[in-house]
Amino acid sequence: MENNLNPKLYELNVEQESLREGFGRGLVRAGEKNKNVVALCADLKESTKVEDFANTFPERFVEVGVAEQNLVSVASGMAAMGKIPFAASYAIFSPGRNWEHIRTTICYNNANVKIVGSHAGLNVGPDGGSHQMLEDIALTRVLPNMTVIAPCDALEAEKATLAIAELVGPTYLRLAREKSPIIMTKESNFEIGKANVLVEPEESEVAIIACGLMVYRALIAARKLEREGIKVSVVNNHTIKPLDETTILAVTKKAGAVVTCEEHQQAGGLGSAVAELLAKTNPVPMEFVGVADHFGQSGSGAELMEHYGLGVDDIIEAVKKVIERKNGN
Amino acid sequence: MILTEEKKKYLEDKAREIRRSVIEMLVEAKSGHTAGPLGMADIFTALYFGILKHDVKKPEWADRDRLILSNGHICPVLYATLAEAGYLEKKELLTLRKYGSRLQGHPHREFFPLAETSSGPLGEGLAQAVGMALADRIDNGKNSQKFFYCLMSDGELEEGSTWEAVMLAGKEKPHNLIAIIDRNNIQIDGHTEEVMPLEPLADKWRAFNWHVLEIDGHNFEEIYAAIGQAKSVFNRPTVIIAHTTPGKGVLEFEGKYEWHGKPPTREEGEKALKELRTLNGRLKED
Repeated sequence: MENNLNPKLYELNVEQESLREGFGRGLVRAGEKNKNVVALCADLKESTKVEDFANTFPERFVEVGVAEQNLVSVASGMAAMGKIPFAASYAIFSPGRNWEHIRTTICYNNANVKIVGSHAGLNVGPDGGSHQMLEDIALTRVLPNMTVIAPCDALEAEKATLAIAELVGPTYLRLAREKSPIIMTKESNFEIGKANVLVEPEESEVAIIACGLMVYRALIAARKLEREGIKVSVVNNHTIKPLDETTILAVTKKAGAVVTCEEHQQAGGLGSAVAELLAKTNPVPMEFVGVADHFGQSGSGAELMEHYGLGVDDIIEAVKKVIERKNGN
Repeated sequence: MILTEEKKKYLEDKAREIRRSVIEMLVEAKSGHTAGPLGMADIFTALYFGILKHDVKKPEWADRDRLILSNGHICPVLYATLAEAGYLEKKELLTLRKYGSRLQGHPHREFFPLAETSSGPLGEGLAQAVGMALADRIDNGKNSQKFFYCLMSDGELEEGSTWEAVMLAGKEKPHNLIAIIDRNNIQIDGHTEEVMPLEPLADKWRAFNWHVLEIDGHNFEEIYAAIGQAKSVFNRPTVIIAHTTPGKGVLEFEGKYEWHGKPPTREEGEKALKELRTLNGRLKED
């Protein structure tokens, strides 16, 4: 049973597009729908894909230069005057460099600012560990008032952009640089705070809960496991905060074991959010696929995902391990 | 904006009342900052009782001027001035810093929406003021009737983020943005020029393409004249470097950095209230 998935998903020629491109399209559409949508950028207009918006609505675009603290606090001021600012940079700089400005001027003020962190995760590749943001989900989800969204593909990034423009309140949208497979369809549902169960076989043994580019790897892993006779569910958990407790509890109760997958430190991210929920409500054996307290390094995205234990085989291994623990071995 | 002798006397009386409230609040709170609020009482008085476009009956009036307090730690003077202007009961001032009070130790909009922004952490107010002015320009262009006043400390000019905002305003040139710096030369650890020299301060702002004015921040005539000039400068934002005496109004407190972050005890407070001089006639000499 597979819901709303791209029919070409498992083919070699599956369409590929980066999350940031989906965001760029969504931002122009959001700007067309609502004249209060404005955008700000810190010298990364082209690479964060704010450029189309800036060209379409030049009077609603502010270039602040290489100044990420200013980026978000200026955005907060614009929100105070009724605008819906999208403040875009690389995730390492925003919410990395400017975290306390986000805390005070956006979250503490409950200002309606959308923080867009592109180039998150290991997939920035050759740029190296200094630019591979692996702590942003942790940094943003601890902030009161903040909503945190990590879409799985370009279509979902576009839908998420439109959705957060209508959501009132501080929001973090996590994007990636590299092209990645289109997982969902134009028609598939996206709702903030509502996880999508993509695969749920009868008698599922493990629930894989993933976000961002790890959703694709989770689906491939599930497919391989199925050939070995191991049945797993796959959840696209695009909204890390507020967490869709209902859906996560339902799939984990059915499966009795969980593996979380994220291109992020194991500490503080999606896995931690799920563990916090399950520890309180339904403690079941759980494994975490994510970076284990390391910084990244230069290399191709694929090489680094393997190196840091985020490959398809790592997910398969985690699933087998958690089944053993569930069975008491 | 004409400052008659009568109006000047009126402002002096208001400023004295505000200083009185500040001392009473701090004594009652048993913590908080003394030097900054007393030093800025004259500027707050001039703003709320003569300069700002505001309406106590319509606090959320969309076309009001915005006062952004960047150095949130001097909020007792904001709260006291708003009470003096009728936005809140004076007796509420005595809840400052207490559990359940709207008057948080540093302003929080959730508790106290009369503050345009939450503040406390330094170096963030000017960026928000610039953002407000830019948003307003999108809607109203050069026809905007609003002014955005950002009140800042000199110490917070040591924050790098302040200069990010200074630079952006120098680029975008919002004509209706007016920054006012409380140049009182002190910060927690001592005198600014010893902790981290800020001079030549006026030259720094000029270099960032701002219109720069320097005034005696206790002289209502100079405050009025500077704001008048700032409003008439249409091709760039204006910064007013207001030279003030920290702790102004109480000899015991004046000019001493030790009073940056502590309140008077009850005894010190009572003495201060007694000593609180009428500002009448004295200020020009100071």
